[in-house]
Amino acid sequence: MLIAIGSLTIMGLVLGGLLGAAARFLAVEENPLEEELKAMLPGSQCGQCGYVGCAQYAAALAKGEASVTLCAPGGKVVIEALAKKLGVTADLSEHEEKGPEYAFINEDLCIGCTRCIRECSTDAILGANKLMHTVIVDACHGCSKCVKVCPTDAIVMVPVPVTLANWHWPKPEVEPTQSKPEVGHAH
Amino acid sequence: MKLFPIRGGVHPEYRKEQTSEKAIVALPMPRMLYIPLQQHVGAPAEVLVSGGELVKKGQMIARSQGTISASQHAPTSGRISVVTDVAAPHPSGLPQTTIILEADGKDEWADLPEPIADPFAADLQVIRDRVAQAGIVGMGGAVFPAAVKLNLGTQYKLDILLVNGAECEPYITCDDRVMREYADEVIDGARIVARVMGAPRVVIGIELNKPQAIEAMTKAAAPFSEVEVVGVPAQYPMGYAHELILAITGRETPAGKRTAEVGVVAYNVATVRAVHHAVRFGRPLITRVVTVSGRAIREPKNILSPIGARVADLIEFCGGFSAPPAHLVNGGPMMGEPLPSLEVPVVKGTAGILALTAEEANNQPTSPCIRCGNCVTICPGGLSPIEMAAFIRKDNLETAAKLGVMDCISCGSCSWVCPSHIPLVHYFNYAKGALKEQELERRKSERVKTLAEVKTIRVEKISEAKRAAMAARKPAPAATPAAGAQPANAGEAKTASTAEEKTNA
Repeated sequence: MLIAIGSLTIMGLVLGGLLGAAARFLAVEENPLEEELKAMLPGSQCGQCGYVGCAQYAAALAKGEASVTLCAPGGKVVIEALAKKLGVTADLSEHEEKGPEYAFINEDLCIGCTRCIRECSTDAILGANKLMHTVIVDACHGCSKCVKVCPTDAIVMVPVPVTLANWHWPKPEVEPTQSKPEVGHAH
Repeated sequence: MKLFPIRGGVHPEYRKEQTSEKAIVALPMPRMLYIPLQQHVGAPAEVLVSGGELVKKGQMIARSQGTISASQHAPTSGRISVVTDVAAPHPSGLPQTTIILEADGKDEWADLPEPIADPFAADLQVIRDRVAQAGIVGMGGAVFPAAVKLNLGTQYKLDILLVNGAECEPYITCDDRVMREYADEVIDGARIVARVMGAPRVVIGIELNKPQAIEAMTKAAAPFSEVEVVGVPAQYPMGYAHELILAITGRETPAGKRTAEVGVVAYNVATVRAVHHAVRFGRPLITRVVTVSGRAIREPKNILSPIGARVADLIEFCGGFSAPPAHLVNGGPMMGEPLPSLEVPVVKGTAGILALTAEEANNQPTSPCIRCGNCVTICPGGLSPIEMAAFIRKDNLETAAKLGVMDCISCGSCSWVCPSHIPLVHYFNYAKGALKEQELERRKSERVKTLAEVKTIRVEKISEAKRAAMAARKPAPAATPAAGAQPANAGEAKTASTAEEKTNA
């Protein structure tokens, strides 16, 4: 009985120690934060942040080299999520919240070159060679990559219209009447 | 009948005396009617008419589409003037697609579907179809398509159909008048609905501040053993279905769940009356009773208005304004929303139009929270308004959501009770909208991610195939093997262009 308990205890201790040592000395170096950050980004590889794609931006963020305010298609929601994850305060003062936008093709100007179709990372543009193209609004996330490649400036970004379906009440603006005690009031 | 206590609640001044003794009067048919395609929860109806077409009273002019939707019918005979965007009776005043009907004054009925002779022997599906065809929606304010609700009986075991005659909003008396003047129709409609739902009992809940309605309904219910009229304490928001069910049955509906989960389904009195009209006479929902009240109205009235009459028509019928209105409200003073203008139409969910004087509304400036806790005590949802508002003020919507802001029913009791006049419910309305928007954005970003991944994979496959083809043609040194690993960048997209074009074409 005692022998059994003793031998098992020793085996446990030895094997546990081995595992502990292995975890310490043979650890694979990886940054789980990078993966998590990548998952938070839109993943459309638009490159507006100045990095090649979302993965590169996530890597820069994880190293603390990039600001959290660079993702244009992600907007305020993504900025805030990133800031929270990284434990930093997002400086939204420079970030201009444009609200969601989508690409619109002026069909009179479109020559059917298909460049925008190739550029679009979400397959939101429909069309064919020498035929005019059009944008599937639901699939467009407003990265504006297509605007840059259009040779005839036929594409413009337009704001997603406010409708009864997406309207909501604004935040109430309240100024409490006595928010500050009166300081320096002479006797 | 033993009643159960409800949580929270307030006792605002009811101010119903302005209209409670005013019998329902019909509005003279206005020359123009504005019928929005969406007057209900769900998908807007699909328009069936175009400008210049002649229609008869009761003719379907827009058909429900999708699982949750409701049809619209012409409230009178006349000519369709145009189908266009018109400001909605919604605080934003945003436009929505609306059918404009020019009345011809003849008020000629179309060929209506045959009355269902004996709704207590007829096939249930026939009644369900009839209710769907009549475009009936919940007229208590939730505007949920009644026909969709009728199907709940097939999914849940229901034992009570609750007919909601509580009408707890101050000023509003339209349900009170309907119960007093058309008790038999309400009872008949309720019995039909109960039969379709398979509910063996019908309970009609009416606040005790409406004794004449209770009397009329009790009398009308007397011949039917399964129907019971129950007087419930006048305590706002008793008319909220979850509260009324709690008061009558003691069953509490879980957060975010339907009342059918606890075996009860609630219908407003006006809704069951509309079912009676549809089943017994084949008539669609083209009118409703609207209370027009408030001290800025010269002669407050209960008006039987065709759907689509402008609010201005109703106010004119009441003799116009006797004082400049400080607030124009669509609905009651507790939950109603500001009317963007008088040019918006009466819709199926319009129970009241209020024109309040500044004195009546008694708006007070906001002062700092004194932590009295009154809002916590009276919240019928058992939430903590003081805390939620503090987090929302600091834009911490996530914490507000954890505290249950999405379970807030916007009854406004907290704002009403707050001695510092903090617009608590405004914060919650904002937070609920903003959180819903965030959820939509999150879903969109997920879809975008999938689309981008699919495209990357496809582009890779195409370039792979190309490389293979090139290698097959030129047997000499093959392409660099490392290229395949990178995701779609500009260079690869270019090599893939021809194949891409074919796919897109």
